[in-house]
Amino acid sequence: MNKEDLKAISSQVRRDIVRMVSAVKSGHPGGSLGCADFLTYLYFEAMNHNSSNFTMDALNEDVFFLSNGHISPVWYSVLARKGYFPVPELDTFRKISSRLQGHPSTDKQLEGIRMASGSLGQGLSVAIGTAQTKKLNKDKSIVYTLHGDGELQEGQIWEAAMYAAANKVDNLIATIDFNGRQIDGDVDDVLSLGSLTEKWQAFGWEVLEMDGHNFDNIHNTMTEAKQKIGHGKPVVVIMKTEMGMGVDFMMGTHKWHGVAPNEEQLSDALSQLEETLGDY
Amino acid sequence: MESIEILGNKDTRSGFGEGLAELGAQNENVVALCADLTGSLKMNAFQNAFPDRFFQVGIAEANMMGMAAGMTIGGKIPFTGTFANFSTGRVYDQIRQSIAYSQKNVKICASHAGLTLGEDGATHQILEDIGMMRMLPNITVVVPADFNQTKQATKAIADHEGAVYLRFGRPVMPIFIKPDAVFQIGKADIIQEGTDVTIIACGHMVWKSIEAAQLLAAEGISVELINMHTIKPLDEEAILRSVAKTKCVVSAEEHMANGGLGEAVARVLASNTPCPQEFIAVNDSFGESGKPMDLMEKYGLGASHIHAAALKVIQRKG
Repeated sequence: MNKEDLKAISSQVRRDIVRMVSAVKSGHPGGSLGCADFLTYLYFEAMNHNSSNFTMDALNEDVFFLSNGHISPVWYSVLARKGYFPVPELDTFRKISSRLQGHPSTDKQLEGIRMASGSLGQGLSVAIGTAQTKKLNKDKSIVYTLHGDGELQEGQIWEAAMYAAANKVDNLIATIDFNGRQIDGDVDDVLSLGSLTEKWQAFGWEVLEMDGHNFDNIHNTMTEAKQKIGHGKPVVVIMKTEMGMGVDFMMGTHKWHGVAPNEEQLSDALSQLEETLGDY
Repeated sequence: MESIEILGNKDTRSGFGEGLAELGAQNENVVALCADLTGSLKMNAFQNAFPDRFFQVGIAEANMMGMAAGMTIGGKIPFTGTFANFSTGRVYDQIRQSIAYSQKNVKICASHAGLTLGEDGATHQILEDIGMMRMLPNITVVVPADFNQTKQATKAIADHEGAVYLRFGRPVMPIFIKPDAVFQIGKADIIQEGTDVTIIACGHMVWKSIEAAQLLAAEGISVELINMHTIKPLDEEAILRSVAKTKCVVSAEEHMANGGLGEAVARVLASNTPCPQEFIAVNDSFGESGKPMDLMEKYGLGASHIHAAALKVIQRKG
């Protein structure tokens, strides 16, 4: 898929995100908008997966875990646009009896979701488990994850990081949404992560850096990441993003982490995002 | 009491270890994870026989629970092993989100539960784990009574689709369940039938209750003794059938009264056929260092305490 096609999809995904959160006056647009390009690339280009016949066991399929479950709007939109479930179902997001829970869940059998997330820091451990099962099953597929940078403040992440390197879990590509912001402000102010690259290197991981809004760079970096699969080390991609990307008044601040736009703000946002695939 | 025979003396954790090793040979989807307590959990036999299916995670229980949840994707049946304290309280949120809410087929196997862990003291003697686990939706809670039953339960939970909390312990205790007994999740064992009082116990307290029943029998009191090895789902039918005869209950557990077996039984009684109940359990207190059986006596979990509670509850019937 070429760059222009990917851009068209991510524009529609961004429209879906702001419309979903605005409709229920809740949800997390900032991080969702920031990861729209990456998740579009992952599901429409990078991963080997079957969106028309979802199975929990994902035998011989690549698997993705969203560890920072609060950016569920971007995941739901990408899953629906890829064909996991009907696009109009996006309209049920966060409403009562919906399969699209505020944070992703498995209990309502939404196709594409294999693990609940929301309480932070758990997805890397889960991904390592699935990666180990794939090795036992002689399944050559790849396990992908996405984490927030603020999420790295959770200790479990570093338990998992230590395990994966020590045990050569080399069928795993973790990605960090490095937008530098969290609910209470800038990550550097709330609890600085220090040098992320050096931290992951010290933990024994292959570390790549990526511009999460440049499809050429995403393609080249993720291609390189895949080439590193099977070489004895887990791979982490530190992805520089802008929280709120694509909507000017949501960028450059942490304030849109978990706040929904009102009607006026919604139309302002939609005027900046081209409708490419048809709104739900 | 003639039917109860001591078949030997062993710790329940060894029943887990033997059961796990046999499971490993029977089912290649069974995998085991351990957080640096392989010897204590008696997981060495499995580790030695199936090294590629054994995962040493180090002292990192949160990661272990998450990994176990992830390993189910692709069809593995993970058994996690560490002390009960580190199997529950330390990782409650990991169990809640990644295992229970996510409906994962993980078997959480917990040793050294309760006071009988002994000398290590209260930091390690969890008395709240049954309560925490039975509060969570989608988890079955099993507390087998002796070595043989722990072995049987270990094998049975592998065939059960869904998360299970399996609780066992450290001390060497009498074996009284036959090696060929059939273990059925959710179906209580009637150790002995009787008419004057129902004793409902789990884990090590089943043996303590047998001792109490022998004291009571010598006084002409007929005890119905139920081994409630599954706390959730609770065998309500067995409870109601028994109290229809005896009209009173003593519950006995090596656990806090808050949230434990006794409260689960009380809810069944209150909802169906209210009757007097006495609770043998730890009363809102942490444990301490000491020899296991000395601690059981100090904290009111001895056979003499069950005996006294039975006399009291019979009197309360009026």
